[in-house]
Amino acid sequence: MIGAEHFLIVSAILFAVGVTGALISRNLIMIFMAVEIMLNAANLAFIAFARIHGDMSGHVIVFLTLTVAAAEAAVGLGLIMTLYRRRGSVDASKFNIMKW
Amino acid sequence: MEALNLNVIVFYLAAGLAIAGAFLMVWQKNPVASALYMLLSIVSQAVLYLQLDALFVGAVLIIVYAGAIVTLFLFVIMLLNLRGEDLVNPSAGPKRYVKLIISGVVGAELVYLLVESTGIGTHLTKLDSAIANFGDVKPVAELLYSKYLYGFEITSILLLVAIVGAVILARREPGEN
Amino acid sequence: MNTVLPLIVLFPLVGFLINFLLAGKLSRKLVGIIGSGTVLISFLLSIKAFLDLTALPADARIISDTLYNWMAVEGFSVDVSFLLDPLSAIMILVVTGVGFLIHVYSIGYMAHDEGVGRFFAYLNLFMFSMLTLVLASNFLLMFVGWEGVGLCSYLLIGFWFERDSATEAGKKAFVVNRIGDFGFLLGMFIIFWNVGSLDFQTVTALAPSAFAIGGTVITAATLLLFLGATGKSAQIPLYVWLPDAMEGPTPVSALIHAATMVTAGVYMLARSSALFVMAPTTMMVVAVIGAATALFAATIALFQNDIKRVLAYSTVSQLGYMFMACGVAAFGAGVFHLMTHAFFKALLFLGAGSVIHGMSDEQDMRKMGGLKKYMPVTFITMLIATLAISGLPGISGFFSKDEILWQAFSSDLGHPALWFIGMITALLTTFYMFRLIFMTFFGKERMDEKTKSHLHESPKVMTIPLIVLAILSIAGGWIGIPKLFFGATNFFEHWLEPVFAPAQRILHSSEAHHAASTEWGLMAITVTLSLGAFALALRFYLKKPETVTRLRESFPGVHRLLYGKYFIDEIYDRLIIRPLHFFSIFLWKIVDVLLIDGLINGGAFLVGGVSRVMRYAQSGRLTSYVTVFTVGVALITGVMLLLGYSIGN
Repeated sequence: MIGAEHFLIVSAILFAVGVTGALISRNLIMIFMAVEIMLNAANLAFIAFARIHGDMSGHVIVFLTLTVAAAEAAVGLGLIMTLYRRRGSVDASKFNIMKW
Repeated sequence: MEALNLNVIVFYLAAGLAIAGAFLMVWQKNPVASALYMLLSIVSQAVLYLQLDALFVGAVLIIVYAGAIVTLFLFVIMLLNLRGEDLVNPSAGPKRYVKLIISGVVGAELVYLLVESTGIGTHLTKLDSAIANFGDVKPVAELLYSKYLYGFEITSILLLVAIVGAVILARREPGEN
Repeated sequence: MNTVLPLIVLFPLVGFLINFLLAGKLSRKLVGIIGSGTVLISFLLSIKAFLDLTALPADARIISDTLYNWMAVEGFSVDVSFLLDPLSAIMILVVTGVGFLIHVYSIGYMAHDEGVGRFFAYLNLFMFSMLTLVLASNFLLMFVGWEGVGLCSYLLIGFWFERDSATEAGKKAFVVNRIGDFGFLLGMFIIFWNVGSLDFQTVTALAPSAFAIGGTVITAATLLLFLGATGKSAQIPLYVWLPDAMEGPTPVSALIHAATMVTAGVYMLARSSALFVMAPTTMMVVAVIGAATALFAATIALFQNDIKRVLAYSTVSQLGYMFMACGVAAFGAGVFHLMTHAFFKALLFLGAGSVIHGMSDEQDMRKMGGLKKYMPVTFITMLIATLAISGLPGISGFFSKDEILWQAFSSDLGHPALWFIGMITALLTTFYMFRLIFMTFFGKERMDEKTKSHLHESPKVMTIPLIVLAILSIAGGWIGIPKLFFGATNFFEHWLEPVFAPAQRILHSSEAHHAASTEWGLMAITVTLSLGAFALALRFYLKKPETVTRLRESFPGVHRLLYGKYFIDEIYDRLIIRPLHFFSIFLWKIVDVLLIDGLINGGAFLVGGVSRVMRYAQSGRLTSYVTVFTVGVALITGVMLLLGYSIGN
């Protein structure tokens, strides 16, 4: 027997996988993709809760989140491009000008 | 009988693919492969959306992520043409597993929290007891254009800003080769 | 704004702004014309306001004009509004009238001074503040004027700031006045706390229900207000600043430190008469302090040699008279003396200024003498003022002084002892004033040849104000001739009656039935003794000057005490100023430098040290930040789960 609550657990696991990606990756593009996964995990939780409560507000929020994610991807990838052009690398461990 | 319910089979299949795709995505050196695994994960999640009667949003997910965002990622990866040391994921070795444990703890805590507070096993929200029109375009649109109109309008401004920002960032400055 | 009241206040301000902002750009002549002209306009407007007031029926003589609401919060509202009643009408006439004459005089007196623009700017600012003070319809606005005149007093005493003594005197006046102002403020707070308003009319109307007669609260409030008055009006114990204030230019002494500002305390007492009569203890304190100040200052004036200092102590003494009158609930008599005193004391100061001007800035009377033939106009006008202050029957000072003495004797709150002190003061006054006249205008010419060759009568711009004031000093008292003389009602007191009616109702005073013969008798005693004092001064300082020296040698202690002004300044220095000084040094060196600076610098040093260690956490690497962040999330979530938090239910 499967209920909407099981989807929440899937979302939690997805989120943890996203965190793993953000932690272990050094490639900025990979980190960025991991963040997208975390965002999607939250979306899945929204959808599941909408189903549990019978309220479609969750759907609207997901819709808005997707818009934000699209905007974020555009700007974020633009930043990575600029960074690569300037420094010739997308390795996060090579950017430490904020070091003490 | 119950166990062989189609819903159950589809759920485990889709959930497994979504998690496996995500995991393979992060456990990967090559960004191109990563992006493709991400695509797999997203499509599987869209299946989960459909199971939750979120037809419209599931469709939007496929269109926006598979159609736009992943494509954008692939474009950038290919544009940068990464190779050699850039492809090496240097946090290999024991460090990598320590970090896996940290995120594992976060995930375990989240799962525990959800299991505790939703009471899985006592009162499940059955998936076959669907509400009419739930998740269709029309009711979502009605909400979007009434209750959440303000947020919707703000989002449109955000998109505009993002477009301008992306153009400014991606432009080559004069004198740059 | 539908009356002329705001304009009366406004014109001197306009004069101030023009002279202040264009200082040094206008010619000397124009500066004087603007300075005096604006005050003249105020004077003319005051006459108009006065006539408007007389046109009203006797019991409704109140014109008020609210400009705007100054501040309003829950339960507290103060307007910028002006109130013209018989009392303030007299005050504005005196202030603008005498003020105008002194402004004109200043044109001549300050003709050769560098800072004439600044001088007239300050004088006009003073007029503005003083008019605000007397026309204010509530305590708070009055306090604004009160502080304003204090500021102008400070600026004008220290007008010749290149002289150390002048700046010191200015500071002294300012600091001493602060003590009084503090009392005024506290008194005002108590009144507001109990009545819920600061408006004069409201306070007067509500006072009988808000306070218990003779209660602690009203006594405290009125005593604090009186403390304010002692500061501004130079009464014991805060009189010490006024003699030093003579460092300022002489017109300033005449305007601020004789005719107008120093009477603000008396005005304030008269204004809040309904409050004061509810506190018999305060009334007694006021009367006693007034009488004591009158006598005390008069004795000091006996042996001063600086012509302006004699007049300064005389002012303190005469102000004591006014307070004595207020203390026996004879507010009308006090205000009457305030007015006549404004005339003759302004005249005395201006005359003294004329003498100093002619004597090439010499103020020591021992170096004067025989000036009568060089400065006839100054001599005659000063003689008239001296006769007025000494109380020659028929001249203004006689009527007002006699009225006060009679009230001190006969009023319900009066006492024969008060009358006795007042009488002694009166004859002392006669003595020292004629000593001044004799030493200055009669006898041998003791100045050096150079000064003598420059001796001259002052220009017309200075003598004409003297003449006008002399006429006022003679005739000014005729509007308040007591009933005793012609059986006609005392016009002046009748005019003020509506203002003091609330106070009189609280007192339930019955018309005292003293026989007219008593009044005649007391008057005769005073006049006779004053004549004796005159004869004594004549003998000591004109006929046989050697007797003074002999007396001085016979009683060296007394002379030293009086000449040294009872050494009050020295006592204050030892008792108050030095301990405060040492305490301030302690606060500076120990508390401020060592403790507070130490704490702050120590704190900064600590933060710096900790930061030096903590900064190693800033690796600048994205991955390590994310790791630390995630560990933090895991820990906090874990702790909250262990503590039993959960979502939802």
